[in-house]
Amino acid sequence: MIDWTHAGPSILASFLAALVEFVEALTIILAVGTVRGWRPAIIGTVAGVLTLAALVLAFGPALHRVPLNALQLVIGVLLLLFGMRWLRKAVLRSAGIIGLHDETAIFAKTKTALRADESAAPARLDKVAVLTTFKAVLLEGLEVVFIVIAVGAVGHMLVPASIGAAAAGAMVIGLGVMLHKPLARVPENALKFAVGVLLSAFGAFWVGEGLRFHWPGEDLSLLGLVGGLLAVSWIGVLIARRPAATPGEMSLGEVR
Amino acid sequence: MKMFLNALREVYGLFVEDGSYTAALLVWLVIAAFVFPVLLGPAWRAPVWFAGLALILLENVARSARKLRLEARKVVDRIET
Repeated sequence: MIDWTHAGPSILASFLAALVEFVEALTIILAVGTVRGWRPAIIGTVAGVLTLAALVLAFGPALHRVPLNALQLVIGVLLLLFGMRWLRKAVLRSAGIIGLHDETAIFAKTKTALRADESAAPARLDKVAVLTTFKAVLLEGLEVVFIVIAVGAVGHMLVPASIGAAAAGAMVIGLGVMLHKPLARVPENALKFAVGVLLSAFGAFWVGEGLRFHWPGEDLSLLGLVGGLLAVSWIGVLIARRPAATPGEMSLGEVR
Repeated sequence: MKMFLNALREVYGLFVEDGSYTAALLVWLVIAAFVFPVLLGPAWRAPVWFAGLALILLENVARSARKLRLEARKVVDRIET
């Protein structure tokens, strides 16, 4: 039975995370479609979606056979590593230490790479174009599947998490069909910041549950973890922004 | 085979970007699993677990920022010379 009062964080986490992944996949698909034609782009996309569906159908039912504590621990560890990696990168990006993710630049770069290879394109089926979209859909899709499973598997929240991801997919596909260009104005770093915080909070919580720690306030402690991680990340941004402390160090602003 | 290896590398990259950061998180996890039950009372385990994660993040951000600044300096020096 789904407890819809607790479903909000799961829906939000999977919606935001899936939004980022779908935008990244859409950028590649649009670049392939624009340069090499829509037929190979669509074939690669459909093949990627079918492969993903096959993987989910093959491995999904196995989740119910894993003991709950082991599942909490394994999912928690993966979620923690995944979320903390995003959070670290988002903090460094917010501090201006590394560059922001730029969908317009990625779109242009993919187009240039595909154009350079255009002469090698076979007459019947453009394998490079098909493989490029297949790989993008499969990898970004795997991230979405992982996030949905990770956020939803251990709290009977698979349905809410899937709803969140499906809503993000429908939104990005709809906008992609309407605009026919990458969604460059999506505040991707802010999204990654939010998702990094949410996934890390879920990860820390599930690892704690897997190790049988007592969380003050039970499930409500998730909100405390989110707040705590936001505060820590903000401190992280301030630390990373500190002006050069030793001779020889240089801020990215100085480089620019 | 090459495509399979590439796919494995990409999946690995989902979880690991900075090896020392991932190693620190995993070491902290092992400490939480085996040392906390011996040293800490039940009420302290969850807060200390979270505090450790926060410290690992802050230490890595500070170290990465310093390292990337130094690398940027070297690139500029190379261009100027």
